[in-house]
Amino acid sequence: MTISRRALIGTAAAATALPLAARAQSPTIRIGVLTDLSGPYQDIAGVVSGHATRQAVEEFASKGFNVEVLVADHQNKSDVGVAVSRQWIDRDGVDVIIDLANSAVSLAVSGVCKEKNKVCIATGAATSDLTGKACNPNTIHWVYDTYMLARSTGGAMAKAGGDTWFFITADYAFGHALTRDVSGFVTAAGGKVLGDVRTPFPGTTDFSSFLLQAQASKAKVVGLSNAGADTINSIKQAREFGITQKLGGLLVFLSDVHSLGLDVCQGLVLSESFYWDLNDRTRAFSERLKPKAPTKRPTMVQAGNYASILHYLKVANAMGAAEAKKDGAATVARMKATPTEDDCFGAGSIRADGRKIHPCYLFEVKKPAESKGPWDYYKLLATTPAEEAFRPLKDGGCAMVNA
Amino acid sequence: MFMILGYPAPLMFGQLLLGLINGAFFALLSLGLAVIFGMLNIVNFAHGALFMLGAFVAWGLLNFLGVNYWVALLLAPLIVGFFGVLLEKTLISRLYKLDHLYGLLLTFGLALVIEGLARNEFGSSGVPYPIPSQLQGAMNLGFMFMPIYRGWVVLASAIMCLITWLIIEKTSIGATLRAATENAPLVQAFGINVPRMITLTYAGGVALAAFAGVLAAPIYSVNPNMGANFIITVFAVVVIGGMGSILGSIVTGFGLGIIEGLTKVFYPQGSSVVIFVVMVIVLLVRPAGLFGKAA
Repeated sequence: MTISRRALIGTAAAATALPLAARAQSPTIRIGVLTDLSGPYQDIAGVVSGHATRQAVEEFASKGFNVEVLVADHQNKSDVGVAVSRQWIDRDGVDVIIDLANSAVSLAVSGVCKEKNKVCIATGAATSDLTGKACNPNTIHWVYDTYMLARSTGGAMAKAGGDTWFFITADYAFGHALTRDVSGFVTAAGGKVLGDVRTPFPGTTDFSSFLLQAQASKAKVVGLSNAGADTINSIKQAREFGITQKLGGLLVFLSDVHSLGLDVCQGLVLSESFYWDLNDRTRAFSERLKPKAPTKRPTMVQAGNYASILHYLKVANAMGAAEAKKDGAATVARMKATPTEDDCFGAGSIRADGRKIHPCYLFEVKKPAESKGPWDYYKLLATTPAEEAFRPLKDGGCAMVNA
Repeated sequence: MFMILGYPAPLMFGQLLLGLINGAFFALLSLGLAVIFGMLNIVNFAHGALFMLGAFVAWGLLNFLGVNYWVALLLAPLIVGFFGVLLEKTLISRLYKLDHLYGLLLTFGLALVIEGLARNEFGSSGVPYPIPSQLQGAMNLGFMFMPIYRGWVVLASAIMCLITWLIIEKTSIGATLRAATENAPLVQAFGINVPRMITLTYAGGVALAAFAGVLAAPIYSVNPNMGANFIITVFAVVVIGGMGSILGSIVTGFGLGIIEGLTKVFYPQGSSVVIFVVMVIVLLVRPAGLFGKAA
C-alpha cells in the first residue's frame, strides 16, 4: 500500500484538528505529578503519588471539564525538574504541577510556575522557605515543612525532659536547616545543645562512629537531622550499639518505619501530619486507594497529593475550568479564600503566604507486641493544633504578607 | 581519664575498632575485585550491584523460604556466584580480547540494570533484615560497647581473606590460575580448561561480593543503592593497594578503614573524601599502588 504525501498531510491535519475541536467544547485541566520515581524519595512519593492524584480526580468526577494526570521523574535534579515543567506547560498545556519531593526541585519549579502563571502545589518538599523568603502567589505548600517537624518533635521531646541534645546532621542545606530549627526550640524550652556532627552527604553508610560520639556526649536526646537511607542506617546502628539515649527522628516517614521493622524502630518519636490509621476518614481513604497500591499504605506526601488536588478541582469547578486554566495566581488566591475539607487532613485552610495549615501529630512507634500487623506502626502521643503547628505568618519573611 | 590528641582515650580506641570493622568490608569487597582484575583483566563495576544482590538474596531466603542467616551465608554466595557464571559465559567472556574500557562499560551497564530492576521491585527505602539471635547483644570492652555482630564481621572477613589468599598463592589450583593469566595458550597446552577456570574465578570473585552482602545485611539498610555507596570507595582501595594485588587489597582495606574511622572524629565532614586524598598521594608517589608491580 502506498500513501501519497497529500493524504498523509491531510490525515495529520485532521488528527490534530480533532482534539482541538473537542477541547473547545469542554476544557481539559492537566495535572503534572513531578516526583521521584527512581531515587531515595520514591517510597515516600513516587508512583503512589500518581495513584493518589488520580484517586482525587476519580472521586471528584467530571463536572463539565476533563482532567488528565501526567507523571514524570525529576531525578532529584533541579535542572531536570525545570526542563520537564517547561515542557509540560509550554507543549502539553499542564495547569498544575504537584508533589515535588525534594526541596531543591520544589524551589526551582515554584519559580517556573510563577513565571508561566500556573499553579504549583508542593506536597513532598520539606523546606519552609517555600512559604518564607521564596514565597510567591502561584505556590501552595501542603503537607509539612522543616519548621513543623522541628517544633513538633523537637519541642515535644524537650518538654518531656529531653533537655540536652546531640545532633547527627546530614551535611547539606536541608540538614543544617533542620538542626538550626530544632536547636531553636530546644534552647527556647531551656535545654542545651551539646554537640553537632556533620556527616558527608550523600555517601555515608556507617554512622556508628558518629553515634559513639553522640553517646560520649551524654546528651539525653540524639537528634537525627537526616532523611531516607541515612536515617534508616542511623537508627539501625544505634540499636546495634546499644545507644540508650532517646532518638529524635526529625524526618521519618511511614515507609522508613516499614523498611526498618518494629524491632529496630520501637519507641522512636516522630511527627507527621497524616497517618492512614488515624481516624475513620483516613482509614476510609486508605481503603479506597488500596486497589491501586495493594501492598502499601499511603504516606503523608501521597495523602497530600490527593487532598490538594481535590481542593484544586473544587475551586476550579467553582470558578470555571477555563478561568482556572487562564490564570494560575487567581486560582491560588481562590484556593486560599476557600476553606479546605478532605478525608486526609480534615478541615483546614491555606494562609496568605501559601502555607496550608492543619494539625500536626506526634507519634511513637509501637512495640512489635502492640502491632497488629504490617503498617500498624504508630500510636498518637500529642496533637499540635493547626494554628500553632506552623511558623507564625509574620516570622516567615514572605514579601506577600508584609505587602 | 587519659587523652590522645585531646580526645578521651576510650573514644579513640572505639573509633579505631570501628575503623577496623568498616575496613573488613572494604577488604572483602576489594579482594573480589582484585581477584577478578588480576585473573581476568576485567574492571568489574558490577561488583557493588552483586554485593547488593547478595544481601537481597539473603533477605529473600529468610522471608520466602525461612532459610536462616547461617545457611544464607553459604547459599547466597552460591546463588549469586551462579548468576556470575551466567554473566561471564554470556557477556563478559566476549570482551577478553578487547580494551579494558569495554569491560568497564559493560559491567557498569550491568550494575545500572541490576540496581534499576531491584529499585523497581523493592523501592528505595529497602527491606529489614534482623541480626541472627546468636549474635545479638553486645560486650562491654571497658572502653566501648562492642556489638557482638560487628566482632563476627571482622572475624568472618579476616578468615575469608586468608582462605582466598591461601588458595591463590599457596595451592596448585592457584598456581595454575596465575600461570593461565600469564600465558593462557601454554597452560591450555598442558590440558587445562582455561576458559572454565576463568569462569569459575569470576564466579568466585562475585561470590565474595555476595558474602560481604550477607554480612552487611543486618547492619546496613538493605536497599538497591547499598552497593553503589560502597563501590567507588572500594575501587579507591583497590587502586591504592595496587590493581590485582590480593595481599594489597586486604591490607589497604583494613588500613583505610582505620584512617577513615579516625577522620570521622577529627573532621567528620572530610570522612568521605579522605580515602581519595590518600589515593591521589599514593598514585603520585607509587603509580602502581602500594603493593602493585610496575608494569
